[in-house]
Amino acid sequence: MHNKTLAELRTGLNNGDFSSVELTGHFLDRIKTLDKNYNSFISVTEEFALTQARQCDERLAAGDAPNLCGLPITHKDIFCTEGIRTSCGSRMLDNFVPPYNATVVENFAAAGMVVLGKTNMDEFAMGSSNETSYYGPVKNPWHSNCVPGGSSGGSAAAIAARLAPVATATDTGGSIRQPAALCGITGLKPTYGRVSRWGMIAFASSLDQGGPMARNAEDAAMLLNVMAGFDAKDSTSVERDVPDYTATLNQNIAGLTVGIPKEYFNEGLNPATEQAVRHALGELENQGAKLKEISLPHSHLSVPAYYVIAPAEASANLSRFDGARYGYRCKEPVDLHDMYMRSRAEGFGDEVKRRILVGAYCLSAGYYDAYYNKAMQVRRLIKNDFDNAFNEVDIIAGPTCPNPAFEFGAKGDNPVAMYLEDIYTIAANLAGLPAMSLPCGFIDNKPVGLQLIGNYFEEARMLNVAHRYQQSSDWHQRAPGIE
Amino acid sequence: MSIDRSDIEKLGELARIAITEENIEATTRSINEVLALVDQLQTADTAEVKPLANPLDATQRLRHDEVSETNRRDDYQPLAPAAENGLYLVPKVID
Repeated sequence: MHNKTLAELRTGLNNGDFSSVELTGHFLDRIKTLDKNYNSFISVTEEFALTQARQCDERLAAGDAPNLCGLPITHKDIFCTEGIRTSCGSRMLDNFVPPYNATVVENFAAAGMVVLGKTNMDEFAMGSSNETSYYGPVKNPWHSNCVPGGSSGGSAAAIAARLAPVATATDTGGSIRQPAALCGITGLKPTYGRVSRWGMIAFASSLDQGGPMARNAEDAAMLLNVMAGFDAKDSTSVERDVPDYTATLNQNIAGLTVGIPKEYFNEGLNPATEQAVRHALGELENQGAKLKEISLPHSHLSVPAYYVIAPAEASANLSRFDGARYGYRCKEPVDLHDMYMRSRAEGFGDEVKRRILVGAYCLSAGYYDAYYNKAMQVRRLIKNDFDNAFNEVDIIAGPTCPNPAFEFGAKGDNPVAMYLEDIYTIAANLAGLPAMSLPCGFIDNKPVGLQLIGNYFEEARMLNVAHRYQQSSDWHQRAPGIE
Repeated sequence: MSIDRSDIEKLGELARIAITEENIEATTRSINEVLALVDQLQTADTAEVKPLANPLDATQRLRHDEVSETNRRDDYQPLAPAAENGLYLVPKVID
């Protein structure tokens, strides 16, 4: 059962080939026996899942089941889940049990999905390797000495290791696409405002966006149908109709113009990654798409702009963790000041503290214009680059990241070496554009990701291109050497 | 621009994060590495460019001034490190 896609599992459930209790139990058994090798889950919600599964079986039998009734999912531990610990990968929230569900979690509950647990992640989604998690790093199912990528490394590894058919994830600078690429799965970051951020623990509010992770584009489309939509509780949610993302998956892509940004094929790109990506682009061409070289001239400034804007927003968002109302409080504070200083020093890990300090610096008097305002101006230049490109092309394609999965500790002590792994993914967040990663090859048995970037609210077109590619390739069907 | 240990001490104070003596050097070094990266922004010509805060250039949506949330104090307060009689407890602020 674990090798089936979500769409296949739905057919199986509806045909009565197996029950939701059997299906859920199967994945729970796999998590129990295999996840010690990957550490992809922070919490497993066995009892809750089996209760849900039993209710789903009753609804399926009664014929009043919602669309995805009885199918298992796992949520990144950044989405608040009522009554289920939500840690955000941090000691700060190690004891945090939310009294409410995130809108995304509610949507999947209404669709009838069964929650297997909460997946591991970089602390507060800050990282590209899952090494910053308070709960220990996740191992890449393809290579146990390699990182799964981050920050949604737990969700990506769980799917790759066939411990869950699908998962939720979030992407602030590449946190869905980069781990999807490194683990050989399909992940999609929607347009900013397409998916509600309510109940999703905030890192950088103008960049954060939740999205689906799955084995293929069809499953991702099924999930996005549930996730996307207006939510009055999120003030940046966009009021706009949601199309049926599965309806257009099979559309012919002949005549589509695919923009190839020359800046994404620079000297920093691993030649073997380039080869795999170029091969995939050739396949799109075989299907009638036209490739057109484009330029995104401010691409080299996306990482610098991001590392002002994201830390600045993080320093404001994470000021709520004060040791007073919830979360970690240090032992025996002598006064209020000491409580703040030590609770935050002990509750946050090094990378989170670094970004808060950088953000505080960029926002402080005398530096605001030079850093924060400048970064927001560069952000507009980056967005303008894309607007210009989309006057000429329908979709943009290139590598998701410069290299395949790297070994634990490979980036050393210099944070910038890690930041540069997101060099091709960050711009879509700054511009607010939808983007996705799908498997397009291997280097030494390590997966390579093809990135697609769509115009605003054109998730359906990306999924269409991805699905067509997956109809003529089998990279997404490969599984790491596991039981 | 680069910063020194006294800047880091000030930032720690601003951000309310205690930085221990043994960590201060490594923290200063790594933050300077990040600042060296972001200094590349200064190469961009941004004269006349309007800053972009929301990627969709959206303005804040407002709602009617109506009560929309119910009081859930009894649900929230058990999450506090210390609470008593409906109040959050913190170290003494005023003598």
